[in-house]
Amino acid sequence: MTELPPSDVVPHLDEVRDRVAAPENPTDARRDGGCLRRNTAYIGQRLLGAATSLVAVIFTSFFLFRIIPGDPVRVMTHGRPVSVEQKEALTREFGLDKPLLEQFGHYLLGVLRLDFGESFQYNRPVLSMVGDRLWPTLLLVGASLIVSAALGLWLGVQGAWRHGSTADRVNTGVALTLWSVPSFWLGLILIVVFGSGLGWFPTSGMKTPGVEGFDAVLDVAHHMVLPLVTLVAVVYAQYLLVMRSSLLDEMGSDYLTTARAKGLRDAEVKRQHAVPNALLPTTTLLFINIGFVLFGAVLVETVFSWPGLGKLFYEGLSVPDLPLVQGLFVIFSSAVILMNLVSDLIYPLIDPRVRP
Amino acid sequence: MTTSASAATPRTPRQLAWTRRRRAVAKFWGDYSQNRAGLFGLAVLALFVLAALLVPWIVGEDALSVTRPAGEPLQPPSGEFWLGTDRSGRSVLDLILWGSRVSLTVGFAATFISIALGSLIGILAGHFHGWLSGLLLRITDWFLVMPTLVLAVALAAVLGRSLSTIIIAIGVTSWPTTARLVRAQTLAVEARPYIERARALGGGHWHVMTRHVLPNVMPIVLAQTTLMVAGAILTESTVAFLGLGDPTVPSWGSTIQAARDTGAVSSGMWWYILPPGIAIALVALAFTLCGRAIEGVLNPRLRSR
Repeated sequence: MTELPPSDVVPHLDEVRDRVAAPENPTDARRDGGCLRRNTAYIGQRLLGAATSLVAVIFTSFFLFRIIPGDPVRVMTHGRPVSVEQKEALTREFGLDKPLLEQFGHYLLGVLRLDFGESFQYNRPVLSMVGDRLWPTLLLVGASLIVSAALGLWLGVQGAWRHGSTADRVNTGVALTLWSVPSFWLGLILIVVFGSGLGWFPTSGMKTPGVEGFDAVLDVAHHMVLPLVTLVAVVYAQYLLVMRSSLLDEMGSDYLTTARAKGLRDAEVKRQHAVPNALLPTTTLLFINIGFVLFGAVLVETVFSWPGLGKLFYEGLSVPDLPLVQGLFVIFSSAVILMNLVSDLIYPLIDPRVRP
Repeated sequence: MTTSASAATPRTPRQLAWTRRRRAVAKFWGDYSQNRAGLFGLAVLALFVLAALLVPWIVGEDALSVTRPAGEPLQPPSGEFWLGTDRSGRSVLDLILWGSRVSLTVGFAATFISIALGSLIGILAGHFHGWLSGLLLRITDWFLVMPTLVLAVALAAVLGRSLSTIIIAIGVTSWPTTARLVRAQTLAVEARPYIERARALGGGHWHVMTRHVLPNVMPIVLAQTTLMVAGAILTESTVAFLGLGDPTVPSWGSTIQAARDTGAVSSGMWWYILPPGIAIALVALAFTLCGRAIEGVLNPRLRSR
């Protein structure tokens, strides 16, 4: 069993291994000819699985945002002074006066053309708004994934190699504590201390108007420090714990004794023998974790007014702007499904034991 | 098992079973109390549960009244108000105490839904073979790849603002991990010979599932429960912070949101922002530590860590 924290987003390690189909007869797979067919079958199976999930997401999204609210117009205009005529106009605009099946057909056609309708609040196509906000989120999420994976893996290796030491216990304790802290609250505290208190870092937005050229890059980096630190603080614990427990599993292995017996130094045994094997499940986690990181981005972007998809999601939620939230829901879910697919496809490449 | 001298001479099978159970609990506690982090978690939890239960008598309901607050708005900590006052003049300490009630209620209720669903689906998927198991597995797998937190928040937004909405949203989105674990454990249990014996003696599906599989699955479910409560409490505070909570209920998340709305961040009113966050982190950490300690007891391979 693994030592994963209580996230419902990250599946247990055993599941990660489960999901990568185990070869029924490994010696067969090594033979030429059958290998290619097996590979194609494996890839085909994964692609089909991802496609099924996508279809399910599209159905859920219609159910979630059209069926559950009952009358979407009433939900969206809740607490606003809206006349009956305006409501009727809105109902016509969203096509809600048509039969449900026709609405569903319309919605399906729209999704296939990546058309998620128009935002209720901004009167702009959802897709173009997503386009505007995509890059900041990719930058923030990408950077935080890299930093937290590097930090978590490194600390996890150190901890497992000297497990039970004071440093190990402190590291695990700090990671668990940071993991338990609500990310938005941590962001607010960082703003109080480093933003309004010490004044070292800007606390909102992504750019200072009027800065050009190379300075603009530095400016964005300066703005990104606090959001990045917040996101990394909440995310890296998972990498640390998984890496630590995965390396601990390898620690008693015979091949490490062999490596030591042949006279390798401790650092070499660690770097060249133990870590590469222990890295495998963690690599998968990097991709599977994306749903959790995306949600972290929603909160962090909201706190720091980072102009990305997460903040857009928040703006949509507070109305609630159903077309916008629906579009983002489909996009977030697709991103998670895509990353899961990527992880399924690359796992056999890096771990020969599960090669189909 | 050897009969110890201290145990009363058991007469009926029922008494025998109870002696065995008592001994198992004692052993469990013995192993658990070896884990200092687990004990710390348990102590913190006991404190918060006590506070949540006794708050109506310690503080009283009028502490939450916005119309007749106890003090001036936004006062820093003083002898009278240990953690200062909020934007309407209520004591922040009282709000935190009342908030423990909300957070623990949501945490336990959402976890109950999620664990019940997960165990049911897990046992069914593990016990039966064929199309039912296949279908349940598909659904579980599909929920696993969904960004559950996004789904929970979207659900809360669509259903309208109330505490029960949040409980349902968290409950129905977080069961798949439990289902997976329970299914794996069910498969392991059903492979044992005594299940075959039970079947041979005429035990039906219901008998096997409730009398043999369920008791064996319970320990894993217990560990999963404590871990899940921590997640549910964090999710609740998040949903409240995103403005989707019930505005009339003083949860820790909504207190943080109120503080942010008031401008506590830019004007450095630390007493308004710090306490609710620390409370959330403490409770979530306590549940996590307990869960890890239970996992360690159940899986001795982890204990040395």
